[in-house]
Amino acid sequence: MNAPTTWRPRLADGTAPVLAVLAVLLVALAFAGPAYAEPAGYLALLKRAAPLVLLAIGQYFVIVSGGFDLSVGSLVTAEVVIAARLIEGDDANTVWVIALLLGFGLLVGLVNGLVTTKLLVPSFIVTLGMLLILDGAVFLWTGGAPRGALSPSFRVFGRGGVDLPVLGLLPWSVVILLAVLVAAVLFMRGGTGRTLVAVGDNEDAVRLAGGRVDRLKVLAFALSGLLAALAAILLGGFAGVSAQVGQGLEFRAITAVVLGGVLLGGGRGSVVAAAAGALTLESLFSLLNLLGVAGALESAVQGVIIIAAVAYASLGVTARLKSRAARTPEPARP
Amino acid sequence: MSVVHEKIELTTGATRRRARRISLTPTVTVYLALVALLVAGSVLVGLNGGVLLDQGGILNILTRSTVLGLVAVGQTIVIITGSLDLSVAYLVGLCSLVAAQTMAGSDGMIVPGVLLALGVAAVVGLVNGLVVTVLKVNAFIATLGVALILRGYLEQNYTGPAGSVPRAFQHLGFDRVGPIPIGVLLMLLVAAAAWFYLKRTRPGYHTYAVGGDVDVARLSGVRTGRTIVTAHVLCAVAAGLAGVFLASRLGSGAPYVGTDAGYDLESIAAVVLGGTALAGGRGGVVGTIGGVLILATLDTIFDDLAVDPFFKDVVRGIVLIVAVALYARRKLTRRSA
Repeated sequence: MNAPTTWRPRLADGTAPVLAVLAVLLVALAFAGPAYAEPAGYLALLKRAAPLVLLAIGQYFVIVSGGFDLSVGSLVTAEVVIAARLIEGDDANTVWVIALLLGFGLLVGLVNGLVTTKLLVPSFIVTLGMLLILDGAVFLWTGGAPRGALSPSFRVFGRGGVDLPVLGLLPWSVVILLAVLVAAVLFMRGGTGRTLVAVGDNEDAVRLAGGRVDRLKVLAFALSGLLAALAAILLGGFAGVSAQVGQGLEFRAITAVVLGGVLLGGGRGSVVAAAAGALTLESLFSLLNLLGVAGALESAVQGVIIIAAVAYASLGVTARLKSRAARTPEPARP
Repeated sequence: MSVVHEKIELTTGATRRRARRISLTPTVTVYLALVALLVAGSVLVGLNGGVLLDQGGILNILTRSTVLGLVAVGQTIVIITGSLDLSVAYLVGLCSLVAAQTMAGSDGMIVPGVLLALGVAAVVGLVNGLVVTVLKVNAFIATLGVALILRGYLEQNYTGPAGSVPRAFQHLGFDRVGPIPIGVLLMLLVAAAAWFYLKRTRPGYHTYAVGGDVDVARLSGVRTGRTIVTAHVLCAVAAGLAGVFLASRLGSGAPYVGTDAGYDLESIAAVVLGGTALAGGRGGVVGTIGGVLILATLDTIFDDLAVDPFFKDVVRGIVLIVAVALYARRKLTRRSA
């Protein structure tokens, strides 16, 4: 969108505010809770936040290309319930069930993407329909309540970690999270990632320029489904089996992405900011918890914050666009 | 090359369909689908040894449609402006509480209770509208944020049902005029008012104009901000009415009566099922009522067939996607025509 003539380290639009807020929150955490006096506290926070960050990264792909994925919450529930039912506590089942879960996530994402692009249904509706279908189908299959159990080797990913000399116990979820984040950043810097953002900005232009719009959109949904499956594996290990495990996660992931300054409707925002948004949200909840704010008020605070964040971002963007429009066609970036 | 090819295909598709366009608007399609569903349902229930469309069955369908109908009619107006409202579910619960607690069982407080509930609803709608227009927050986030705030308030202050409505007020929920429940009449009245507003008044036309293209509407002299705020207030008041009706039916206010039924996403589904474009600018209340009736009929048929309740959700999801896929084909052909 902008072609800087001189390279300088720059952050994508809207990344700076969320990083600032995140830094403030992290410092505040250190003052609020003794657990955050050492790295282990922050590692625990990162471990707790990992599933949401993964979901936010997946949601980012879809949102930046101009869509919505409302189905991830029920997909997470479905995955955890399926895992418990198929593993039945037996370690021998772990490997193929994990493969199956990832495949299922990918499949759901593919269906979302194909219905959106081939049948021309708005993604909001497609994924809303998928939400209903997954919710219904999973409980139809299990008869109303989740059955079975996860195996210890399955739960390792959400609970366990590797022993490192300096850091101490490094949770697997943090390792997975970092790997996914690095891969996502590299992907977004490559040609495919850039075209994905362009699709969100102006689909017709990309199509006329020879970009494969449909394929990219399907890819975004497939990645979102895959990452939701990964998040479900971590969450299942971390929190165990319940029918409510994924409830509301779709809105929380969208909140996180938007908090990261990513524009709903696509075409603007970075994946790092989306991940930072998720981490910010989770730090905020931890902080509220430490400060003794009642759990009930948590959602109210969340509500105020997302409105404030988006209002700040969009008022800023419109001001910038206006000042840009007022100037000559060659925009001078501040 | 593929683009050119697509275009040609679309144009021929449009000319082919132009002849049929008058007879097959989405609204007509919805009601045809409803009739087909009623016939198919009657046969299925009949094979199962029951009757779908006896007086009890019709009453059942209509009663189920009442609350969702009220919410969805409001939602229609908001969606036509190109916005949407995710806060209605919590608002329904909040308004049922406000109404029931203000009445507190005394006959004299019925009118103040209803007015206060609708007033609260209007204020919430006003906040929604102002956040969208003045703070320029995407409607999805704005109303999600307001929904979260309402949820926080409800969770903080209520653990279960509260307040009570006087016996006289329960007539609204249970009485009938002839065969038709008062609630259904209320819903149809609200729908008729919304239809009149959208199709016969200047602000109604502006609603469509804003939904079609905000910038064009603004350049044409429409006060777009005011139109969007009005739409949000009307939607919230309709949700408030739904809350008041539920208070009358339940005998008290219930904080989660709206969210348990998922009225936020469900109402959007009904609106879209009724042929209103999610992007705004096209559709109407008549189609929405058709969409609501389809959902209610599906529920009734499944109940009569004693189908697993979870199966309902699966079918609903499929119906929603298929319906919108059909509309999307039509919209595409019309756009290129």
